[in-house]
Amino acid sequence: MAERREAFKMLFSANSAKVETNKGDAYYDRLFQQCRARLDELKASQPLQAIDFHEILSDEGYDRREFMKWASAATAMLMLPPMFTPLVAEAAELMTRVPVIWLELQDCAGNSEALLRSDGPKIDEILLDIISLEFHETLMAAAGHQADAQLEDAMHAFKGKYLLFVEGAIPMGMEGQYGTIGASGETFHEHLVRVAADAAAVVAVGSCATYGGIPAAAPNPTEAVGVMDVLKGKPIINIPACPANPANMVGVILHFVLTGQVPELDSLLRPKFAFGYRIHDNCERRAHFDAGEFVEEWGDEGAKNNFCLYKMGCKGPMTFNNCSIVRYNEGVNWPIGVGRGCIGCSEPDFWDKYAYERPMSDANIKAPTGGVEKTVDQFGLGVLTATAVGIGIHAAASAVAGKKSDEGEAQ
Amino acid sequence: MSKHIVIDPITRIEGHLRIEAVIDDNNTIVDAYSSSTMFRGIEEILKGRDPRDCGLLAMRICGVCTGTHYQRSIEAVEHAFGVTIPKNARLVRNLIQGALYVHDHVVHFYHLHALDWVDITKALEADPAKAVAEAQKWASVAGVAAWGDSESAYKAVQERLTKFVKQGRLGPFAKGYWGNKHYKLTPEQNLVAVSHYLEALDLQRDAAKMQAIFGGKNPHPQSIVVGGVTCVQDIQNPARIALFKNLLLKFRDFIKRAYLPDVYMAGTMYADEALDGTGGGLKNYLSYGDFRLDDTEFYKSALLFPSGIVVGGDISKVIPLDQGKIAEDVTHSWYEGAKPLHPYDGQTIPNYTGFGKKEGGIAYLDTEKKYSWIKSPIYDDTRMEVGPLARMVIGVAAKDERITKYVTNFLTRGKLPTSVLFSTVGRTAARAIETELMADVMVEWTDELAANVAAGDLSTWTEFDFNTVSKSAKGYGMAEAPRGALGHWVRIEEGKVANYQAIVPSTWNAGPRDYKGRMGAYESSLIGTKVADPEQPLEILRTIHSFDPCIACAVHLVDTKGRELGVYKVDSVCAI
Repeated sequence: MAERREAFKMLFSANSAKVETNKGDAYYDRLFQQCRARLDELKASQPLQAIDFHEILSDEGYDRREFMKWASAATAMLMLPPMFTPLVAEAAELMTRVPVIWLELQDCAGNSEALLRSDGPKIDEILLDIISLEFHETLMAAAGHQADAQLEDAMHAFKGKYLLFVEGAIPMGMEGQYGTIGASGETFHEHLVRVAADAAAVVAVGSCATYGGIPAAAPNPTEAVGVMDVLKGKPIINIPACPANPANMVGVILHFVLTGQVPELDSLLRPKFAFGYRIHDNCERRAHFDAGEFVEEWGDEGAKNNFCLYKMGCKGPMTFNNCSIVRYNEGVNWPIGVGRGCIGCSEPDFWDKYAYERPMSDANIKAPTGGVEKTVDQFGLGVLTATAVGIGIHAAASAVAGKKSDEGEAQ
Repeated sequence: MSKHIVIDPITRIEGHLRIEAVIDDNNTIVDAYSSSTMFRGIEEILKGRDPRDCGLLAMRICGVCTGTHYQRSIEAVEHAFGVTIPKNARLVRNLIQGALYVHDHVVHFYHLHALDWVDITKALEADPAKAVAEAQKWASVAGVAAWGDSESAYKAVQERLTKFVKQGRLGPFAKGYWGNKHYKLTPEQNLVAVSHYLEALDLQRDAAKMQAIFGGKNPHPQSIVVGGVTCVQDIQNPARIALFKNLLLKFRDFIKRAYLPDVYMAGTMYADEALDGTGGGLKNYLSYGDFRLDDTEFYKSALLFPSGIVVGGDISKVIPLDQGKIAEDVTHSWYEGAKPLHPYDGQTIPNYTGFGKKEGGIAYLDTEKKYSWIKSPIYDDTRMEVGPLARMVIGVAAKDERITKYVTNFLTRGKLPTSVLFSTVGRTAARAIETELMADVMVEWTDELAANVAAGDLSTWTEFDFNTVSKSAKGYGMAEAPRGALGHWVRIEEGKVANYQAIVPSTWNAGPRDYKGRMGAYESSLIGTKVADPEQPLEILRTIHSFDPCIACAVHLVDTKGRELGVYKVDSVCAI
């Protein structure tokens, strides 16, 4: 934990940061006031659960100092200056005020499983104390019409207030009938539209819900699409990756509680706090890339020495995500750590563009960033080009997203 | 006057499953139908790809038995290429799969299944001091000391739950069948079980971490490649292996001191259902066998779980498995076809006909015709059940020493006859027996890996010439997933996948009726069960959950005609 906290802090101030991390005192002062007002409003609202958060923390063996450390790390992860730490702590205490409804559509339950692995907060805290999880098919006790009734109740009781998490793609072929749910045989599409109608915001979690994911891979037999392709007129936050990192799921909820708004998003509606950097920017093997030291074959001397996996097909240079910082399963490992390159799972169409064990130079499809498509013999030149193009495209994307989010905040 | 019960969604499973059951005047189930209502078509997506990339995609068939499809897919390609992996790779794969088994079984028992046996609201009435005694009682049956259960710990859980219940919103526990008279545990027993539910919620993260140490992450690990594994730096680092072993030992402790005693507790309280064979179903069992114990080539090495067939619950003999006798029928599935075909010959023409009649806002399955996206697999013209129960039954029937020892030990300690295994309770017990066995054998494998690396063997990958071996090849990865027999079949031409098929455990178990009108394992297991309250079909959930359904997997077995599906229109009666 401590290492990861430090890593977040480094990220916040890293030179490689392509996200505008310092927006000036005036901006943060305004945001601070906004958050203050939001939290006061939430505090004054009827609590959903009569639970003393501090008591829970002490029951769980956390003292205030531990909790504030967590809050400080979370603040850094959300790319906010330290002055926000007390507000983030308050927001964490008010997370139960934001009910969550979680739908599973054309999915494999991988993101639900990832949520089960959450360590900050832990899943038992999420279920009982921290988040008001009103509906989640994989975890809930009720089935059949009682499950339907639970969904109806939650939608009614928290009209306009709930965050809707969606896992899985939406099959649009054959009038949506590749997936039905409930006794009435409602299609996934109808189900999503109905439940989203009264949501405060919709969080598409995992690559299927964001861009269609695996069912949408060529030839996309069921005409699967992501949430943003079918829902209009709702704030949508995309948390791609296969599966999405639970730290980012919690981060989005925390940000929503804190600000009452969706976080600043890039052009693909991904929160910049998590997707503002490429895997490559913070990769533990980056020095070997810069030094031209590569794994040339599985299990070779390079592999034994943690050399760069680019030649083995790593797509870290063109993939935006915070895995290289957050890692997985309480930070115990991540794909590049285990010697298998990044497959670009937080990028659109990655199954068709990136998910293979050969470098981009050998692929038929070029990376949208311009790619590290030069032969590896020219890697120095290739890297410079790719980095420049990558920055250019991302800067443009950020500018668009920044504009959107400025508009959002002005409202 | 019979009643028709529709349960959709079946929750606490992976995927989308609908069960319809018909009960007579005595509330006894006389007919049952199992339907999967979601389709993705992953085989079609795999066609034309590089066979080395299939594993990553095929793994996404399921996010729960994550990594098992990955390994089966990679093995199918290795089988096609004639590649035998090095010892380290075999051990690492065994450990990744083993971690999945223990993780999956514990999460299944506590988080997907327990609420069918445990009434959490009753736990509020328990006396925490008596709960300690209760936990000790069942731990002693299992021959262990009770899992860190103290009066204060139970009290804390109870207070936490009381606060949770008092606020009036039960969140994920809302609208369970609380108070149903078919819940049989005492308040203290419920408190013990709920406490372990929460403990297991926390501890399962460790089991997932084990998988991540050699797999990179969980769900969806990423270290298996055709020819071996990539995690050479993790196996050569003694701290990584030690961390794996520490997590394993801690989790094994929970398995032995909480999970097994809790299974004894539930099994004893629900012994009537076990003894009269409720939920037994087909009693025909199939296992492909799994966990290679030596480094000979595919399908020739010694196995932890033997392969074979047991028919009619007759454990006096095991029929050897012949993969050529596997066929799939589509009479009641949303595909066209005249007769059962082997997966290599499987011609699949989609024919979605939707639901049948619709009344009072409820759409009913058209059970006379087609009613599921799942096909009906048949072995030698017989319907089969697969899963931990099948593995344990076949292990005993095959007189496998290790499996027989664990099964006998479990039954002897619980003073239970072998016949209890052929029931819903037995299915749940067999999973627990297997979990203990797996946790123990994983300790041996971990030590074996450490010793092999210490002896200087760092080999993790077998070289092969892709351009030569991939010209024209076919192979299969037939082994076991936590839920049962899992097979991936691949045909490769000119370096590309020409055909890809998967038959998954839940296909065997959840398939609809076949061409002879015979039921699959889910359907068959429900017949004869009495439902105490048709408004709360607790008994149906209990039996269906005992199979650990994983339905998203089950619907990928077909190679569809892709977009042509779009031309099939549903009956106007259920067009919404």
